[in-house]
Amino acid sequence: MRKVNQKGWLFVLPVVVLVAFNALIPMMTVVNYSVQETFGDNVFFWHGLGWFEDILKSDRFQAALGRQAFFTFLILIIEVPLGVIIALSMPRKGFWVPVCLVTMALPMLIPWNVVGAMWNIFTLPDIGLLGYFLNHVLGISYDMTQNPTAAWITVITMDVWHWTSLVVLLCYAGLVSIPDAYYQAAKIDGASNWSVFRYIQLPKMKQVLTIAVLLRFMDSFNVYTEPFVLTGGGPGNSTTLLSIDLVKIALGQFDLGPAAAMSLIYFAITLFASWLFYTLMTRNDVK
Amino acid sequence: MRKRSIIPILYIAFLMLPIYWLVAMSFKTTQEILGGFSLFPQTWTLASYRTIFTDPTWYWGYINSIAYVTINTVISVTVALPAAYAFSRYRFLGDKQLFFWLLTNRMAPAAVFALPFFQLYSAVGLFDTYWAVALAHCLFNIPLAVWILEGFMGGVPKELDETAFVDGYSFPRFFLKIFLPTIKAGVGVAAFFCFMFSWVELLLAKTLTAVYAKPIAATMTKTASSAGYELGLLAAAGTLTIIPGAIVIWFVRNYIAKGFALGRV
Repeated sequence: MRKVNQKGWLFVLPVVVLVAFNALIPMMTVVNYSVQETFGDNVFFWHGLGWFEDILKSDRFQAALGRQAFFTFLILIIEVPLGVIIALSMPRKGFWVPVCLVTMALPMLIPWNVVGAMWNIFTLPDIGLLGYFLNHVLGISYDMTQNPTAAWITVITMDVWHWTSLVVLLCYAGLVSIPDAYYQAAKIDGASNWSVFRYIQLPKMKQVLTIAVLLRFMDSFNVYTEPFVLTGGGPGNSTTLLSIDLVKIALGQFDLGPAAAMSLIYFAITLFASWLFYTLMTRNDVK
Repeated sequence: MRKRSIIPILYIAFLMLPIYWLVAMSFKTTQEILGGFSLFPQTWTLASYRTIFTDPTWYWGYINSIAYVTINTVISVTVALPAAYAFSRYRFLGDKQLFFWLLTNRMAPAAVFALPFFQLYSAVGLFDTYWAVALAHCLFNIPLAVWILEGFMGGVPKELDETAFVDGYSFPRFFLKIFLPTIKAGVGVAAFFCFMFSWVELLLAKTLTAVYAKPIAATMTKTASSAGYELGLLAAAGTLTIIPGAIVIWFVRNYIAKGFALGRV
């Protein structure tokens, strides 16, 4: 058991001060904007919850939220199983382990706008490797600046390229922590590959998998830079995700009130969904 | 070779293809890039790299980025160490709530904070300095560092602390001489993640800087839009941004798997 010691507060004080400075003050600014209306000249007056009502009822917000939810849903159902499969088939020891880990982690260390630019170059119809291959070798008409479906597939593929490794690394860490004795026991019992996975590997990975799903959820729900650099939200509005729309309203149109209200709704949704995931995935541990 | 190693091989090939294309393009001449498709550079040129290394607006971008990322990593890990110790060893009023609150900051979309951050850092006079970006990135890096370090510290038996105190070690001496070396893998992993998330973030870094602290990523977006899309230059700049990450990951390669497994992460 941990000791009760209020001195703990002294230890966490620097962290609290630094994070609070960055979290609470901007948050208060946002709340402040969200309840006010302005006609310019820095004159603000009380607007109540009007902006929140407007945003929640607006078709534009609902459409962006729908695209965002669909994007996150696709990311989770592709990246999590794929990550688990790759982690399971990776070597456990020897020369190839560091090679795999380093090459797999590489995409995560590339600045996000470079990722977007890189995929842009990669998919250019006539001079990009993938674009050229699809258009001129396979004969599939592919141009993501024209075709919304192509744009969606490209954005999803880019995110899979960028972030699946996070799931792989986390699951791999869970797998290597399983003692060999477990596998030997399973072999003696004549367990099939499936039951080894179901009853030994999966339970051991559960904790890291929870973290992986949570991180992937939060980050894909908040994704901004990569799709923005890749498609700019187009063609039309087809890949305008929630954060892209938010930045358009806040920094493009400078509509501070609606943008602030939208920010708070956005944050609340992320917070609630993360809490829900966390509670559902750890529910069995408590029992 | 076992049959199932085909999966990691295919996956790594998939990861390397876009990177290969970026590197290949950075060695091509603009003519060749726009002239048509070629799998390898026909005439190798270092022109794009020469531009970057001789033009101050380009190479200062790299220096700026490395400066604020380093400051941020040092601050985040330094303040997270005692906090993680407190979370793993003591119980105090509101500790669980505090821990959760810290984690919620990882969930806030950076897009939400862009404008208020600009106003905040302008108000305190730090706008367009390394400190502005370094401090702003603490928002998501400190919670992460605390989370990772707390996991590692939880794996160290409490007897270690108690024995040291019985032996007459003062707390700071124990922490620096005994505890820190024990969890150095954790410090490495935490520093790695702080470096990574600060290096790759662009939105806040771009919002909080104008001229003197502008990150390389922002220089790139400017070039992409203003100079009529010089793909070769853009590719060379992109290639160079991969290098710091590759170096850092090479140093922590042995800690990554072990580190994850030891920690609660």
